[in-house]
Amino acid sequence: MSAPLHFQTIAELSARIAAGQISALELTQAMIARTKAVEPRVHAFNSFDEADALVQAAASDARRSAGQSAGALDGIPVGLKDVIAVAGQPLTASSKMLANFVSPYDATVTQKLKGAGAVLHGRLNCDEFAMGSSTENSAFGPTSNPWDLTRTPGGSSGGSAAALSAGAAVATLGSDTGGSIRQPAALCGLVGLKPTYGLISRYGLIAYASSLDQIGPFARTVEDAAIMLGAIAGHDLRDSTSFKTEIPDYRAELKTRRGPWKLGIPKEYFGAGLDPEVGAAVEKAIAFYSSQGCEIREVSLPHTQYCLDTYYIIATAEASSNLARYDGIRYGHRTSAAKDLLDVYQKSRAEGFGDEVKRRIILGTYVLSSGYYDAYYLRAQKVRTLIRQDFLNAYREVDALITPTSPIPAFKLGEKSADPLAMYLCDIYTIGVNLAGLPALSLPCGFTQNGLPIGLQLIGQPFREADLLATAHAYEQAHGWNTQFPLL
Amino acid sequence: MSQPAELNIDRVAELSRLALTPEEKTRFSAQLGSILGHIEQLTKVDVTGIEPTAHAFPLNNVWAADVAQPALALSAALRNAPAQRDHMIVVPKVVD
Repeated sequence: MSAPLHFQTIAELSARIAAGQISALELTQAMIARTKAVEPRVHAFNSFDEADALVQAAASDARRSAGQSAGALDGIPVGLKDVIAVAGQPLTASSKMLANFVSPYDATVTQKLKGAGAVLHGRLNCDEFAMGSSTENSAFGPTSNPWDLTRTPGGSSGGSAAALSAGAAVATLGSDTGGSIRQPAALCGLVGLKPTYGLISRYGLIAYASSLDQIGPFARTVEDAAIMLGAIAGHDLRDSTSFKTEIPDYRAELKTRRGPWKLGIPKEYFGAGLDPEVGAAVEKAIAFYSSQGCEIREVSLPHTQYCLDTYYIIATAEASSNLARYDGIRYGHRTSAAKDLLDVYQKSRAEGFGDEVKRRIILGTYVLSSGYYDAYYLRAQKVRTLIRQDFLNAYREVDALITPTSPIPAFKLGEKSADPLAMYLCDIYTIGVNLAGLPALSLPCGFTQNGLPIGLQLIGQPFREADLLATAHAYEQAHGWNTQFPLL
Repeated sequence: MSQPAELNIDRVAELSRLALTPEEKTRFSAQLGSILGHIEQLTKVDVTGIEPTAHAFPLNNVWAADVAQPALALSAALRNAPAQRDHMIVVPKVVD
């Protein structure tokens, strides 16, 4: 029995399109209808261009009729986090600063998805400038978790997760600086992949913390994530941090790469603060891998306790520099109350940015300021070396690491919004991966008694996404978590 | 950095080019104080002889052929400007 149309996978829908059972236009129309039905309750979208989506879908059908289909993504509706540029469409970063900004060009991932024939059908809500863990920092209002509308979908890519979970997209893209793909994937019962730093071009991604930011997919299944990754990966001259590396056929590799793998359990990821139901579900997943003949070994990442502080120094420092460009001059919000040039800068930024963005700019400016640079920023960069070394040491013994993605399941909207530090602790299992530049994914591994999804994190080795995906695929094939859907 | 350093909110707001209200200054100072208190634990790490990491992977200079390529049209580049006149962005007077 197949799922309702709006909950089907790229693999299923592309087969149906190829077989002539449904056209791209019909699929897009169904997706628009579904979006209209759920959006008033979920609020996953910042903008949606129905006419543009229908034009793209019709073009996909025309390609197919002419025998020129571009592959599995041709005609598939895909949503993008509103920090990824699409020419001629709004690009807001969920900020008042960019409320009226229209992107003059495509991000590289946007170009690649267009080339693959995807129907780009909406820009998805997020925490302002991707800073947050609940999507409550959006200037346009929070997104709700489709599994429980009183709870957050996580963040910062909460709209990308909620739209997919609610059946308003077939796949989506997010960005992950400290867990912003993996944590919402976990909280919404989805697969979310943060690729190795440098695998995906960041050209056209609004910068938050450039040495940590990476674009990646949300998908219903590991196979769909592999399809999406294959479509967006690859070297790009327009991003000088993008790597020249062979891009395998990730989807085909799922069938050829088999375990048993040596899996490491970092003991520091199972300590205080871990919700017992989350911990139990992850333990069950570890037991599954063990039952499949995988060698399970406890490992230590001794600098784990310093990840959060290191992250908040480095990320805010980079953010304070990156966001200096929003000065009210060339684009973005400009105050109408300025007497002189300095006034334009200070008031435009004060009016355009929300609280969390201001806090991070202030913290980042402080840790970079004269007299504090060595004590904070330089020290954090050195600790980053030690954190990265911890992971590389572990990979001498094991192929991948298993941890929880988030210490807790989806929390209530408003529960943590007054306490920045409590919010930051949501990222405690995900930020080490960004500091070390590693690939990692979250996949569903069960539900709490209240029916909230739980996510398992698999952390892989640099540029070995094919192995990471295959490891996740083995678990997914033996469990049916992704065949359960929220009631909306 | 043995004691949590005092964050001079007026000074840092000025450096950040952010006009903060008195209420924001009070609130952010308290919140950032508790974050800085947490960050203090980094002083416990022995970083003697450790090289800093700016990027997770070594970066080399990337060369591109110096070839003229299509760029944004003037109208597209100016489309998002808050104020413009005669193909230029209008700003308050800078020099008296």
